[in-house]
Amino acid sequence: MSDHNNQAVARYRNDFLKEVEEHVEEGEWVKMCMQCGVCAGSCPLGAHWEHTPQKLFMMIRAGKREEVLRSDAMWMCTSCYNCVVRCPRHLPITHIMHGLASYAHRLGLAPKNQPTREFAKIFWDNLVNKGRVNELKLTLALYFKDGLVQGIKNALAMQSIGLGMVKAKRLNPMEIFGGHGLRDLKGFQAIVAKAREIEDKKKGYTN
Amino acid sequence: MTASIATSQTILVVGGGIGGMTAALEAAECGKQVILVERNPTLGGRTALLYRYFPKMCHPTCGLEINLKRLKGNRKLRVMTQAEVTAVSGSAGDYTVTLKLRPRYVNKNCTACGDCGKSVAGEMANPYDYGLSKIKLAYLPHAMAYPQRYVLDPAIIGTPNAEKAKAACKVGAIDLDMKEETVEIKVGSVVWATGWKPYDAAKIQPYGYGRFANVVTSVEFERLADPRGPTGGKLLRPSDGQPAKNIAFIQCAGSRDENHLRHCSRICCMASLKQTHYVREAYADDAAGPGKSTIYYIDIRAIDRFEDFYKKVQEDPTVQFVKSKVASIKQNASANLILHGVDTEGYHRYAQEHDLVVLAIGMEPEANGIKLPADMLVDSSGFIEGSKDGGQFAAGSAASPTDVNRSVQSATAAALRAIQVVHRTAAVEEAT
Repeated sequence: MSDHNNQAVARYRNDFLKEVEEHVEEGEWVKMCMQCGVCAGSCPLGAHWEHTPQKLFMMIRAGKREEVLRSDAMWMCTSCYNCVVRCPRHLPITHIMHGLASYAHRLGLAPKNQPTREFAKIFWDNLVNKGRVNELKLTLALYFKDGLVQGIKNALAMQSIGLGMVKAKRLNPMEIFGGHGLRDLKGFQAIVAKAREIEDKKKGYTN
Repeated sequence: MTASIATSQTILVVGGGIGGMTAALEAAECGKQVILVERNPTLGGRTALLYRYFPKMCHPTCGLEINLKRLKGNRKLRVMTQAEVTAVSGSAGDYTVTLKLRPRYVNKNCTACGDCGKSVAGEMANPYDYGLSKIKLAYLPHAMAYPQRYVLDPAIIGTPNAEKAKAACKVGAIDLDMKEETVEIKVGSVVWATGWKPYDAAKIQPYGYGRFANVVTSVEFERLADPRGPTGGKLLRPSDGQPAKNIAFIQCAGSRDENHLRHCSRICCMASLKQTHYVREAYADDAAGPGKSTIYYIDIRAIDRFEDFYKKVQEDPTVQFVKSKVASIKQNASANLILHGVDTEGYHRYAQEHDLVVLAIGMEPEANGIKLPADMLVDSSGFIEGSKDGGQFAAGSAASPTDVNRSVQSATAAALRAIQVVHRTAAVEEAT
C-alpha cells in the first residue's frame, strides 16, 4: 500500500464517491447512474465479472472503497463500448472502468497477478524503454511472467504461430539484442515524465 | 391600433383528441367562437383507441360521449375534420391561418349504414387498430367516430371500386368530385393540441420489435384487449393466435433514454399497471390457471395520487415486478421471447421466457412530424411551450407527456389563456 492510499483515506474518509469524482477519469459521471442495469446486461463478458459496472457504481456510492478498488472487474473490460452505446444516460462507462483500474493501480490496491494488469505493465515498460514496442521481448515477457517452466510451456504451445510470424517477416528474432528504438529516446522519456508530472499535479499527488 | 381593430375573436384549436376537444369546448362554452380542426376523418384521437382508463378502469367511450354531446349542442364551435394547418402568419390577436382540407368523398347525407364498405374490394392496414387488423377502403374509423360518416380512402378514387361504392350508396352520400381545398381563416389565438404518437419501437433495436411477432407495443395491447379490437378482446399472440398467458411488460421502452426519448413519458408505468388488470381478467375463469404479468422496470412512477393503484397491483399474486431495464430480447423456436438482463435487487443475471412482450412505449410529441410556425418554442423533446408573441399555446400531450386526466386539465388552462388573448384585444378596440 502506498502513501497515495494513506493520503486518500485521510482526505476522503467515507466519501468514496467524492474521491472517485476527483481522481478517477470521468468519475464525476458515477452519480448519474440510475441503476437500470442495461450496461450489465449488454456486456459481452458480463457473466464472467464479479462486479458489473452497474454494481460497481452502486458500491462506489455506498462507500465500499476497498471492495471496489480491489475488484478485478474493471480489469476485465475489453473496451467494446457496448455499454456506452446502450447507456440511457450516456455515461462513458468504458472510460470510467479504465479510470478505476488506473486509480486502483496508482494506489497500489489493484489485484495482484491480474493478467490484464500484468500485461499492461509489461507493455508500458516495454514501450517506455525504447519508445517503440519490441514485440519479441513483449511476447517473451508475457510468456515467462509466471516463471521459467510455465514460460517454456507457453512458448512451445505458441511455437508454430511464432515461426510463422518469423517466416512472414512479422517478427524479427534479432530484436532480442536490444531492438529498434526512437532516435531521440531521451526527448521521448522527458515527454513521458512531464506528462506524468502534469497528471500528478492535476490529481493532487505530492510525489 | 388599426391592426387591433381587425383582430379576430375566434380561437383556433388544432387537434381533435381529448385535449383539443376539451380546449375547444371550454372556450366555446365561455361564449367564444371556436374552430376545431382535426387532421384525421374523426375526432377522438388516441384516447378513442384505448380500451380502458386508469385508475377507475372505465371506458373512454364514456368520456368521449359526454364531450360529443357538449359539442353537438354548441353553436359557437365549428369542427373541421381532414383539415391540416399548413401556415400561420400574423401576431397575437391577429393570425391568418392556412388550412388544407382533404376531401372525404362522402357528404352529410351519409347515414353510416355501411353499404359502401361492403361493396368495395380491397383492404388496408387499419390505423385505428395500429395496423393489427385490416379495414375496407370505404370505412367508418371506429364506433365512436365523429362525424359518424364514412370515408373513402383516396387510393380508390378513379378506380372501379369508387364507382361501386357510389352505386351501393342509397342516400346519394358519395361525391367523387370533391377536391382538396386550401382556405385561409382569421383567428385571434391558437391552441395547439396536436397530441402524441408512440415512439417508433423498431428503433429500440435490442427489443426486436418488427422482427419478433410477439413483441408488441402498449398501444397495440390496448387494441388486443378491446372487445371491438382485432382479436375481439382476447389476448392472442400475433405469431400463432394462441392465448398469451405469460406476459412481460417492459417499462421505459424509449423513454428516459438519451438514445431515444430523453423525457419520462409519465403514463407508461400506470398504463402497464392497468394492463395487468386486462391479463388477470382475461383468464379469470380459465381452468388452466390465471394469466401472469411480469413488469420489468427501472423505477415505478405511479405519479400523483396513483400510489394506491400501484399498491393494489403489487398485492396481486399474478403480477411480478423485476427491477431491471431489460438489456435484450431473443426469440426461440416456439416464437417465445427470452428476456436477458441483470436485476438491480441483488444483481442476478436472468434469462426469462415469456409468450408475449409488451413494450410500454414512450410518448413522442406528434408535433415532431409536423411543421410548426417559426416563432413557436419547443423543449428539447419537441413538446410545445407556446409562441414567443404569447398568442399561441399548447394543450394536453402536445405540451408535455400527459394522461387523459392531466390532458383535460392542461386543455382547460390553455383555453383560458386563449380567451385572455382575445379579450385583451377586445379591450383595446373598446378604448379607441
